[in-house]
Amino acid sequence: MIPQSFEYFRPQSVSEAIALLQEHGDGAKILSGGQSLIPMMKIRLARPEFIIDINRLDLHYIKEEGGFLKIGGLTREADLETSSLIRSKYLIILDTAASIADPQVRNLATVGGNLAHGDPANDHPATMLALEAEIVAVGRRGERVIPIKDFFLSVFTTALEHGEILTEIRVPIPPSGSGGAYLKLERKVGDFATVGVAAQVAVDRAGVCRKAGIGLTNVGATPIKATRAEVFLVGKTMDKRQIDQAGQLAAEEAQPSSDLRGPAEYKIAMVRELTKRALARACERAVR
Amino acid sequence: MATKKRVRVKVNGSDHETEIEPRLLLVHFIREVLTLTGTHVGCDTTNCGACTVLLDGRAVKSCTIFAVQADGCEIRTIEGVATNGKLHPLQEGFKEEHGLQCGFCTPGMIMSACALLEKNPHPSEQDIRWGISGNMCRCTGYQNIVKAVQYAANKMA
Repeated sequence: MIPQSFEYFRPQSVSEAIALLQEHGDGAKILSGGQSLIPMMKIRLARPEFIIDINRLDLHYIKEEGGFLKIGGLTREADLETSSLIRSKYLIILDTAASIADPQVRNLATVGGNLAHGDPANDHPATMLALEAEIVAVGRRGERVIPIKDFFLSVFTTALEHGEILTEIRVPIPPSGSGGAYLKLERKVGDFATVGVAAQVAVDRAGVCRKAGIGLTNVGATPIKATRAEVFLVGKTMDKRQIDQAGQLAAEEAQPSSDLRGPAEYKIAMVRELTKRALARACERAVR
Repeated sequence: MATKKRVRVKVNGSDHETEIEPRLLLVHFIREVLTLTGTHVGCDTTNCGACTVLLDGRAVKSCTIFAVQADGCEIRTIEGVATNGKLHPLQEGFKEEHGLQCGFCTPGMIMSACALLEKNPHPSEQDIRWGISGNMCRCTGYQNIVKAVQYAANKMA
């Protein structure tokens, strides 16, 4: 229950942090909220030799600019919960942040860390897939933008190269008539998802779907974008029959393992059910 | 052996400065270096909340943060809740409403409730239950804990 010994650095700038990552190579790890990393260090599943604490960097912000919602990587989950911008226009993100762990963890946990950690059980990945977000990464060679669909590679592996820091998440501002929801099935409050579904839709005045994004949490080695369900919905009237069918298609794209949270067949059934409910709620919110 | 780091923290209003290993968890710093043993280690898996303290006014699980991260910050533990020997309304509430049995979770519950009432002085029952959802109690079934927080909210209104 005591982490392995490590050297500790607290850089004052992004470039200083990157230089430290370069200098210390594979033995160096970024410390953001620490709510995933520190538990792993306590059981010595993670044994970084160098910890680079980026908590004092100036990366806490939530703002709309240039057609995007821009969220700084160090924005705490609690800040997303209380942000009037998120609460008024991005209910899918509010749903997601509020579903993570508990109030104490949310005071420290960061949205950047939730994405960069690469744990398929984390919640923001599915939501960012549904929103078709972009990840801004800064490294030795400067800044690059990674589309979210290319970001999650495997368990605990993202497209971030060693020496890069996730500084910002950019969400294209959804068109009018948009709504989204994140639903998470968990055994108890604070648990990881048995299954989580993020649904973001844009619906026109005739009730026809113009855009659909669906992300699935913890039913595969990475978060899953349910592309077949998304493509199916575009151009269809968002009624019960189409939503049910979309739920079925999303369930077919899930690849869960059987574990303590349930058998794979159960999780697949829950993907179907939660997708239907998330889509229904997203539509409700779209027409409001 | 890692390079020790100097930390300066204000704990319950008093300044402390010392050198510690980076891997020293905040909960162990509080309990073993500061000898404030009211903050408890319950699960060590970031679940139970018995280790909850206020860090710059925010409730955090002190078993899941390194003490070095708290450099320059203000920490409030259960020992800093009463003022001049007078019980805080929350402490009074836990007494009046029988909000504890073994008492192990109680310091963490009070710290979380403290943070809740500071942000939301008139919480509904739902708000209270949500506010303490990071704290586990094996004894009481939570009912009297909720009543204790309601008692405090009414007293402080």
